[in-house]
Amino acid sequence: MQAISAATVEELRLKARKLRKDVITMIYEAGSGHPGGALSVLDILVVLYYKVMNIDPQIEKNPHRDRLVLSKGHACPALYAVLADKGFFPPAYLSSLRKIGSPLQGHPDMRKTPGIDMSTGSLGQGLSAANGMALAARLNQSLYRTYVILGDGESQEGQVWEAAMTSAHYRLDNLTAFLDYNGLQIDGWIRDVKSPEPLADKWRAFGWHVLEVDGHDYASLLEAIGRANSYKGAPTMIIAHTVKGKGISFMENQIDWHGRAPNKEEYEKALAELEH
Amino acid sequence: MREEMATREAYGKALVKLGRNNSKVVVLDADLSKSTKTVLFAEEFPLRFFDMGVAEADMMGTAAGLAASGFIPYVSTFGVFATGRVYDQIRSSIAYTKLNVKIAASHTGITVGEDGASHQSIEDIALMRVLPNMTVVVPADAQQTCLAVEAAAKHEGPVYLRLGRPKVPPVIPEGLPFELGKAQLLREGDDLVFIAAGITVKLALEAASLMEGQGISAAVVNVHTIKPLDEALLLQLAQKTGAIVTAEEHSVIGGLGGAVAELISENYPVPVMRVGINDCFGESGSPKELLQKYGLTAEKMVAAGRAALEKKARVY
Repeated sequence: MQAISAATVEELRLKARKLRKDVITMIYEAGSGHPGGALSVLDILVVLYYKVMNIDPQIEKNPHRDRLVLSKGHACPALYAVLADKGFFPPAYLSSLRKIGSPLQGHPDMRKTPGIDMSTGSLGQGLSAANGMALAARLNQSLYRTYVILGDGESQEGQVWEAAMTSAHYRLDNLTAFLDYNGLQIDGWIRDVKSPEPLADKWRAFGWHVLEVDGHDYASLLEAIGRANSYKGAPTMIIAHTVKGKGISFMENQIDWHGRAPNKEEYEKALAELEH
Repeated sequence: MREEMATREAYGKALVKLGRNNSKVVVLDADLSKSTKTVLFAEEFPLRFFDMGVAEADMMGTAAGLAASGFIPYVSTFGVFATGRVYDQIRSSIAYTKLNVKIAASHTGITVGEDGASHQSIEDIALMRVLPNMTVVVPADAQQTCLAVEAAAKHEGPVYLRLGRPKVPPVIPEGLPFELGKAQLLREGDDLVFIAAGITVKLALEAASLMEGQGISAAVVNVHTIKPLDEALLLQLAQKTGAIVTAEEHSVIGGLGGAVAELISENYPVPVMRVGINDCFGESGSPKELLQKYGLTAEKMVAAGRAALEKKARVY
């Protein structure tokens, strides 16, 4: 993949800033949600949805579209912000997040939200579903790619490793996984709660092609995705080193912001930071 | 398939037939294809068969992904591993998503036999029945299994198909129409009704014959679809007979007996006696010995029928 231009980086930076505001506004208006993980995964989604994935909101169910499974479903405000911005549903929906009757559930629901390819929320299940989608592409001789994003805490789920074996065994090189490695889980630092390290070695030992990048560096992400998508014979895991709460100083690396909404003062402070 | 045959065997054969007619059918198994008989499909359609190894949770999720992409996955393993072992995977990735996955569980109930309680699923109907969007089917013989496999493919949404290990004789009359959600009245009767599913259908017919010898007229209905329940027919039979005995190779809690008791108590309260496994685990033994020891016999059903009639006499 060719080198990314400075203009493209700036375009993505501005887009991400707008989407971070959307995320914080949604969670503030909902009064609950998970800002930390949504902000850590957001730049990965921005690169995928604005520079990589073959999708069209006008033909949402195109069988040949690229798929994305957000296995760490609690980060869905980031995905909702992206899908609204891409035109999958009206931006006005964002204000209904987590409210009764809303198409935007607290965790992704493929039956209620346009653009969601798989319902998630119960951790550990997304990679299996993504494998099924990748196998389906092969059976249909379709060229679509399947992307799946896992959390680092989620790596403690046994099903992830069952699924890792499946992807490698079936040589699913039409599948690219991301690990949103922000290092924090609800009960603390992941290395203190129950360390899944060495993660890169584990994925390699499970038969995967593994890349490591800064998950907030657009050029690096794009370059890694390019390498993943041209790699033959094995699936690729892109371990994206991220910062929980990225972009809002007082949320960064603070576990308190895993699953709580900002109050009015915090919300305004966050928005002000995102103006710069 | 009017011969004595295990429902799992009939399932394997039906899958092959289905595979020939429908290129969207794919099959997944978790290292038990020789036992579940999905091996027959694997031999004819190797590219549409996925052995997921001993990884049932991943198998359910993979099936969900295939279904989300337009395929009709039939997923097979033993009943204990196809339900309780992977309950959240079914709940989150298959039932909540209303994806078109067919879970065909073999080796259900205590007639698994010698493998013992670890392998005898006596709670699977209850677990599947409580999930929104799930259809629960328990075929009574080989022929009905074939019809159920075909009907499941035509039904859009998740289906749980409950199959057994031992050979069972044909019990459903040839040519009787099969429709998901429509129970089959196999024998008319006025005094009470036996409501059965799976291997207990044959026992119910035997029990009804025994009771006829005692001057009691018992109806027999085959509830091959436990969810959605054929409420209209069951209420009609409750009104006609005023006494009910349910019988299943499953716990008396939460299965067919539970479903019938819920329906009857809310709509037309009459005595309901439940024959099944009495809230205990099974053990190793031959299927015949186990059915005897755990009370799944025609004689036990006759006794339950008499008890239901006594309660009816007391009520009215």
